[in-house]
Amino acid sequence: MSFFCNSYPIIEKKALAGDIYSYTLLCPEVANEAKTGQFVQVKAEGYTLRRPISICSIDKEKGTIRLVFEIRGKGTDKISQLNKGDLMDIIAPLGNGFNYSTEKQGRVIVVGGGIGTPPMLDIARDYGERATAILGFRSFDRVILDKDYAKGGAKTIVCTDDGSVGVAGTIAKPLEEELSKGDVAMVFGCGPTPMLKAVVECCKAAGVPSQVSLEQRMGCGVGACVVCACTVIRGGRQYVLRVCKDGPVFKGEEVVL
Amino acid sequence: MSLEVTLCGQKFKNPIIAASGAYGFGDDYTDLYPVSALGGVSCKGTTLKPKDGNPTPRIAETPSGILNSVGLQNPGLDRFISYYLPRLKKEDTVVIANIAGATVDDYREVATRLDSTDVDMIELNISCPNVKQGGATWGVTCTGAATVTKAVREATKKPVIVKLTPNVTDITEIARAVEAEGADCVSLINTLLGMRIDIRTRRPILKNNVGGLSGPAVFPVAVRMVWQVSNAVKIPVIGMGGIATAEDAIEMMMAGASAIQMGTAIFGDPYAPIKVAQGMEKFLKDNNIGSINDIVGTVKPW
Ligand SMILES: Cc1cc2nc3c(=O)[nH]c(=O)nc-3n(C[C@H](O)[C@H](O)[C@H](O)COP(=O)(O)OP(=O)(O)OC[C@H]3O[C@@H](n4cnc5c(N)ncnc54)[C@H](O)[C@@H]3O)c2cc1C
Ligand SMILES: Cc1cc2nc3c(=O)[nH]c(=O)nc-3n(C[C@H](O)[C@H](O)[C@H](O)COP(=O)(O)O)c2cc1C
Ligand code: FES
Repeated sequence: MSFFCNSYPIIEKKALAGDIYSYTLLCPEVANEAKTGQFVQVKAEGYTLRRPISICSIDKEKGTIRLVFEIRGKGTDKISQLNKGDLMDIIAPLGNGFNYSTEKQGRVIVVGGGIGTPPMLDIARDYGERATAILGFRSFDRVILDKDYAKGGAKTIVCTDDGSVGVAGTIAKPLEEELSKGDVAMVFGCGPTPMLKAVVECCKAAGVPSQVSLEQRMGCGVGACVVCACTVIRGGRQYVLRVCKDGPVFKGEEVVL
Repeated sequence: MSLEVTLCGQKFKNPIIAASGAYGFGDDYTDLYPVSALGGVSCKGTTLKPKDGNPTPRIAETPSGILNSVGLQNPGLDRFISYYLPRLKKEDTVVIANIAGATVDDYREVATRLDSTDVDMIELNISCPNVKQGGATWGVTCTGAATVTKAVREATKKPVIVKLTPNVTDITEIARAVEAEGADCVSLINTLLGMRIDIRTRRPILKNNVGGLSGPAVFPVAVRMVWQVSNAVKIPVIGMGGIATAEDAIEMMMAGASAIQMGTAIFGDPYAPIKVAQGMEKFLKDNNIGSINDIVGTVKPW
C-alpha cells in the first residue's frame, strides 16, 4: 500500500444535512490504492495542520473517491469553501482500513454515529442484503447517508437521540436485537467514543468480533510524529500505537477506549 | 552551484535535515520521495528504555504553528539499534540519533552504546519540554547542560550536537557552557512552552495542559537565537524553528546556521524539504553564489 500527496479536481460537491458536505474527487491513483476505512489528510489553506477525513466511498472504475465531512471549526470551514472544478490537496490513502472478505459466511452489522457514518458505506455496498446498517444521529435534521446505505441493499435502521425520526435513543438496543438474531460474522463501528464502547461491549457479550475506527488529533497522518496515540492490549501486553498508521481501525477486543 | 555542507567532519549533500520528532526514523515518507533527498535525518528522540509518552490529545493548532506534548514516546535504544538504525543506514543520508534520558547515567549509557554503532552523529536533547525529568531540566541551567554534555562527550567519539531549549533567559550562556565541555555543534531551537484552552469546556486542549510550540510562529525567535548563539560560540550551529520555505532557510543560514532542520512544515507539506533544496539552488544561481556555505552568517547587522 502506498500513498500520494497531490491536488485532485473536485468533480461533484453536494450539501447534505446542516453543515455537512459531500465531495467527489477524481484521483485514479488514489482510488486504485484505496481500501474501505482508510482516510485522507486534507490541506486547509492557511492552516498548519491538515484535517483527517475518512474515505466514504471508492469507485475504482471511475477513479473517484467520495469524502463526507461536517464543518466543525475553521479548517473544515475553509475546506468547505472549495467548489466543483477546484483542486483539493490531499495525502491519501492513509491508514489500515477495515478488514473483511465478503466470501466469508454470515451477516455483518455496521454501526455509525453522526459524522462517523461515512467510512463504512462500501462495506454495506459489498455485503448487500447481508448487511445491516444501524445509524445514530442527534436529531432528524442531522441524518445523513441513510438512503445511500439502503441503496446497496442493507437493512438500514436510523436512530435519533431525540426520537424525531426512527428509533428513539442510542444504537445499543437495535444492535443487541440484531446480534441476537445470530449469524453475525463481524460488526464494524465508527463514531463517538461512548458509542464505540457500547458497540464493543454488545459484541463481547454476544461473542461476535468487532472492528472500530478511532478519531484522534493528528500531526503528520503518516506515522512519523506519534502524536495520535491509542492503547491496545494484545496477549496481555499493552502497546501504544498510532491511530494514523496502525489504525484508524482496531479490533474491538484489543483497543482501550 | 553546490548545496554541500560539512559539519564536524561529516559531509551533507545539502544542508536540510529532518527535525527530530517530525520524521520518525526516516521511513514514513518514502512513498513520496527517497530519504536520500535530504542531507540528513535526526531520528525520533530515543531513550534507554521504551517510553509510552503522554496521554492524548497531544497536539493543538495555534496561529501559524502547533503545540505538541508527545512526551518522547519511542521504542527504546535496543530497537533503535537493532531495527531502525540499520534500515536508515542503507540510505544515502546522514543519520543522527537524537537521545534523551532522565539521569546523567541514562545519557552516558545511551551514548556509550551508540558509540559502537555506525550512527553518524549524536544529537543530545536536553531541552524537551514534555517530560517531567530529563528534558528541559538539564537544558535550562549552565551546570545541567554542562554535566550532561561532559558525560556524553566522555562516552563517545561520535560528533556530538547539543540541542538547546529556547525556554531560558540567556541561550548564549548555555551554548558557551556546552561548548566548553566539548560539544562539536549546537542545534536550536527546540519548542517554546505554550498552552491553549478550549473556551467552551475551559479545558486545555492538550491533556498534558502545556506543550511545545513549533512552526512558523516561532521562526523569528529562532532566527534571533541562532544569530546570538552563532556570535557567542566557535562551533557550528544548526538552525531550526518554523522553517517552511527556501527563503526561511536562507534567512536562518544568513543568521549564522551552517545547516538547518525542518519539522512542523512537513506536516502541512511533505515535499517542503525538497522545495527548500530547489529554492536554495535557485537562489545561488540567481545571485551567482558558488556554494551555500558562502551565505552562512552573512547578515550585516546595523
Ligand atoms: C481518521 C479520522 C477520520 C475522520 N473522518 C471524518 C469524516 O469522514 N467526516 C468528518 O466530518 N469528520 C471526520 N473526522 C473528524 C475531523 O477530522 C475533524 O472534525 C476536523 O479535523 C476538525 O477540524 P476543524 O478545522 O473543523 O476544527 P478545529 O477545532 O479548528 O481543529 C483544530 C485542530 O484539531 C483537530 N481536530 C478537531 N477535532 C478533531 C477530531 N474530532 N478528530 C481529529 N482531529 C480533530 C483538527 O484536525 C485541527 O488540527 C475524522 C477524524 C479522524 C481522526
Ligand atoms: C511532534 C513533535 C515531536 C518532537 N519531538 C522531538 C524529539 O523527540 N526530540 C527533539 O530533540 N525535538 C523534538 N521536537 C522538536 C523539533 O525537533 C524542533 O526542534 C521544533 O519542532 C522546531 O522546529 P519546527 O518549527 O521546524 O518544527 C519535536 C517537535 C514536534 C512538532
Ligand atoms: S499523526 Fe503523526 S504519527 Fe499519527
